Amino acid sequence: MENIEKSIREEVRKLLGDKSVDVIIGYEMGIIPLRSAPSFIYKIEDTDKLVWNSFCENNLARFTRNREDKIGVIAKGCDSRSLMVLLKEKQIKRENLKIIGVPCRGMIDRHRIEREFSLEGKEILETIEMGEEIILKGLGFERAIKKADYLFISCRLCRHRNPVIYDLLCGEMVAEREEIEDPLLRSFEAMSPDERWAYFLKEISRCIRCYACRDACPNCYCPECFVDATQPQWFGTSQNISDLQMYHIVRAFHQAGRCVDCGACSRACPMGINLRLLLQKLNLDVKNLFDYEAGLNLEEPAPLQAYKIDDSNEFFK
Amino acid sequence: MNLKIIEKAQIAQFVESIPAKKIAPVKEDGLITFREISSAEEIFWDFLNTRKSPKEFLFPQSERLFRYQRTDHGFEIGLDEIEAEKKALIGLHPCDIKSFLILDKLFDNERYQDNYYIEKRKNTLIIGLACNHPLNTCFCTSVDGGPFSSEGADILLTDLGDRYLMQIVSEKGKEFGSKFKDAQKSDIAEMENRKKQAISSIKTNINLNGLYKKLEEIFEEKIWETLSEKCLNCGACTYVCPTCHCFDIQDEIKADKGIRIRNWDSCMFNLFTKHGSGHNPRTKGFQRMRQRIMHKFSYYIRNFGVTACVGCGRCILNCPVNMDIRGVLNTLIKY
Repeated sequence: MENIEKSIREEVRKLLGDKSVDVIIGYEMGIIPLRSAPSFIYKIEDTDKLVWNSFCENNLARFTRNREDKIGVIAKGCDSRSLMVLLKEKQIKRENLKIIGVPCRGMIDRHRIEREFSLEGKEILETIEMGEEIILKGLGFERAIKKADYLFISCRLCRHRNPVIYDLLCGEMVAEREEIEDPLLRSFEAMSPDERWAYFLKEISRCIRCYACRDACPNCYCPECFVDATQPQWFGTSQNISDLQMYHIVRAFHQAGRCVDCGACSRACPMGINLRLLLQKLNLDVKNLFDYEAGLNLEEPAPLQAYKIDDSNEFFK
Repeated sequence: MNLKIIEKAQIAQFVESIPAKKIAPVKEDGLITFREISSAEEIFWDFLNTRKSPKEFLFPQSERLFRYQRTDHGFEIGLDEIEAEKKALIGLHPCDIKSFLILDKLFDNERYQDNYYIEKRKNTLIIGLACNHPLNTCFCTSVDGGPFSSEGADILLTDLGDRYLMQIVSEKGKEFGSKFKDAQKSDIAEMENRKKQAISSIKTNINLNGLYKKLEEIFEEKIWETLSEKCLNCGACTYVCPTCHCFDIQDEIKADKGIRIRNWDSCMFNLFTKHGSGHNPRTKGFQRMRQRIMHKFSYYIRNFGVTACVGCGRCILNCPVNMDIRGVLNTLIKY
């Protein structure tokens, strides 16, 4: 970790020094334990603010759009896949982008840790990352946890930990995993439609419509989100459950064949809604129907954005 | 005497004797949240903070104001009965109680009285719980509050280990105290001790004196863009905040029938200030974050003489990009 951090800082110094980029989008120390935060570095002297640790949970591709300047961006596997999606969808310009790839060993699921401790009335005041463990300290307690046991589920299942596109690489490539079945998705698929619906309703009944899921997602870049449209207004803005349903269903459909399962939506949700599950179901459907995974290359057309004259589906002809 | 003692073994009985709908912190779906309880056993007394604030019990996220219907002889308006159910909010920390005093200034002032809010407020009994363990993100003492402040409560409980000290604060609270024995000097000393400890455990100290004027002066400065660069402009901070109170009025119409409804809104959203003409005075993210800070730490002081922040730290804990309002304020103070 320390070596990766050192190497990131070195590369950033070079990039800012020879003016190949105007800004670096990376991570800095978070203000509370278990967090790092997105950071924008414009000056060489600020480079040492940049960190690399197991809390770099944000997808930084989210910050690369709508910028005129030359950007250097730190990209884990998932961030790089999101950049690929944005490049494919012509939302960012490759020539304005320097991708600093960082092979990723997964990020820590702070929600799970916070949940476990807060439900016991405990506050974590300090974390120390040591090798494969993290030591959590608070008033009158100290507990070591194994990182591998506390990764975000999207990280535990991730098969693209190495950046799929990059200009330079910090850190050694990590071995990619074989496909692991998503236990949550599996039990979701095993449910009857009624059970699935009931599960979905229970999850979204906690939604407070803060739209953090949408706003953290690199793919959610519509100039006007469908829930914000007023002429005509498609949706009510109350807590009416049918409006909540529609928001989450339409958002999920809008991600079909585009979602890279970075987990940003679930991570951003203040109410702990398992937003990822619907998207994962759609990802799996897209994989089964079209043998396609989003954000792996620039050439392959996105299945729901392409048309083939010899499409195998009758209804399409 | 307004200081009583309740043994912990008596607390459930006390809670259940309150003749009102009882709302208290519970563990639910992995979160700590305020909701109606059916038994005092459900209450999680040792909570540090709740995910959402209790403001929704006075100012619901969605509230129907009235109904209407088109008929042959014009529109008929049906005013809903304003909800006036007796409620007891139990286990609120002093910061959350203070937020009601701040909301009162907006919803119940000389120029404007919001009956929907006032009716609920009038019918709500507030049983606070002194905050023995402020979190690292807490800064109530910087915004005229304190972890043991009884301001705004009807009753304030202090956990003394095996018993609660019960402070009867208001007239409303009086009727509940009579059954319990008076507190001894040693109980009061124990409470004072815990109070001192709690206050000294709050490490953040932000001097907001004069900031409201300065904010007006630096409104146009570049600093706002730097401060808000990572902000996603989602509404998480505003919706978990106990004092954020902006709302949007909507008509929901189906054929000849409609309702007018009031929903929480957030200054973080692009749509918030979008005019009917299509013009939007706050198209940029930094303008919206600036609005949030200005409203809490400048405009509200100009309008009502108080800061619209209670230092509960929920915005810090729940921000997807770890924005720290304390850091933002300190930067602005030093700027």
